[in-house]
Amino acid sequence: MNRRFSWFNATSLTLGFAFLYLPILILVLFSFNASKLVAVWGGFSTKWYVELIHDQAFLDAAWVTLKVAVVSSTVATVLGTMAAYVLMRAGRFLGRTLFSGMIYAPLVMPDVIMGLAFLLLFISIGLDRGIFTIMLAHTTFTMCYVSVVVSSRLVTFDRSLEEAALDLGCTPFDAFRSVTLPIIAPAVISGWLLAFTLSLDDLVIASFAAGPSATTLPMKVFSSVRLGVNPEINALSTIMISIVTVGVISASLFTKRQIARARADEQAAARG
Amino acid sequence: MTGLRRLVLILTPYSWLIFFFLIPFLIVVKISLSNTALSIPPYTPQLDLAQGWAGVKDFFGNLDFENFSFLASDPLYYTAYLSSLKIALISTFLTLLIGYPIAYGMAQAPDEWRPTLMMLVILPFWTSFLIRIYAWMGILSNEGFLNQFLLWTGIIDTPLTILNTPTAVYIGIVYGYLPFMILPIYSALEKLDGSLIEAAEDLGCSKASAFWLVTLPLSRPGMIAGCFLVFIPALGEFVIPSLLGGTSTLMIGKTLYEEFFSNRDWPVASAVAVVLLLILIIPIILFQKNEERQREANG
Repeated sequence: MNRRFSWFNATSLTLGFAFLYLPILILVLFSFNASKLVAVWGGFSTKWYVELIHDQAFLDAAWVTLKVAVVSSTVATVLGTMAAYVLMRAGRFLGRTLFSGMIYAPLVMPDVIMGLAFLLLFISIGLDRGIFTIMLAHTTFTMCYVSVVVSSRLVTFDRSLEEAALDLGCTPFDAFRSVTLPIIAPAVISGWLLAFTLSLDDLVIASFAAGPSATTLPMKVFSSVRLGVNPEINALSTIMISIVTVGVISASLFTKRQIARARADEQAAARG
Repeated sequence: MTGLRRLVLILTPYSWLIFFFLIPFLIVVKISLSNTALSIPPYTPQLDLAQGWAGVKDFFGNLDFENFSFLASDPLYYTAYLSSLKIALISTFLTLLIGYPIAYGMAQAPDEWRPTLMMLVILPFWTSFLIRIYAWMGILSNEGFLNQFLLWTGIIDTPLTILNTPTAVYIGIVYGYLPFMILPIYSALEKLDGSLIEAAEDLGCSKASAFWLVTLPLSRPGMIAGCFLVFIPALGEFVIPSLLGGTSTLMIGKTLYEEFFSNRDWPVASAVAVVLLLILIIPIILFQKNEERQREANG
């Protein structure tokens, strides 16, 4: 595409990014508001953060959410990587269409339907709902995202490397561990991160899958903001947004450095 | 791959998905065909594994289409379906109108800006959806930031009621799903061969007609993909109408949730889910077709 960056382009980018980021900035700003009123500035204060840290219900919910996210995203990464490998490498087998359908369906399925389906399953088999059932539900829907991320890496992967390892006497498992896995590792890691974020974020599926005994952070946030703005939630949101921002920016700086290093290596090799 | 290893590799994720994805759906379909009962769980018959195969047979026997005729007879449900369709369609169109110029601006921007611009579009993906929608509650309410600002500038002299109206839902959907629209359009525009536009201009096209005749048609696959990526989740959306829509906005995702948790009518909630799924199948198939055509076109 030929680039003539015009005033029109500059204006639409400025307005577009203002639209995307102003609401978040306002939210962050009002988390430091001394007044409880929505848009009345009552001076700078960190009292909502102090209240948040002393709110046991929030701390409990955060702990539940973290446990669910770590366990479900880890299991989902194992299952999702296996599923991606099956889709890309296992060739034909009975019910392959059904299998790939079940991988792609959760990506477009409304949360309310998935949540309802999980709940009815847990009740039908008489499983008590709680933190364990949230983990099962989250593992199931996030493994599909992992498998999409990993299979897109497997598509561009040079298969002759795997074949060479097999020809040289590796067992399929060794070939996977010492050749395939290191190459697809970045995709597996981003799959894990995606699954982790989706699990942290999910409100609807968790509300269905959690019985009265377990409350996740999004469920707690939802029930406290239903009736209106709550400055404690602004403080919580600010903390979560800062963590995500730092994480994403450092990840992108890291990849940028990796690319620069790879390029320098290539140039050095070419001069060689 | 050797036989046993291959079998284990296939069977592990396969059986997980069958047990936790396929079977739950069959149960939803089955319960949508059950009778409402005043007990917990509030439907009959129930799956009784202690009875073995006879229990399973009993569970999947006794079909009853009563809940579906109930959905058709009560105006609440079809109004909710129609209003979800309308809200999803209009907000998809609005997202396209707002997203296209942003994607276009990104594609025209100098090379060294692009990674940063991309990151700015992707960053909201990683931020909690719930929090991003919640942010608008403080902006749109009667004493909220937007009204304060408009009163201060003197554009209005009485606060506008935006929160708890369909307008707030439109704003919420556009805001929440904008990155899904920008990314596919941007990737279509980025691949576009600039010499085509130069050729059009050399042959006497004005800038505007070159855009209209060359750029816009060539970015159509991206626009179509973006529209589906917004429309499909918007149709079943729950968080946006519950936080921003108030009681006046009917959307089917919210109706299903309330039918289940407030009215505790599980069979009707399941029937609502089955019909929503049937409505969604058409756009999902069209989306898959569009993606396949793209993959073939790209070789």
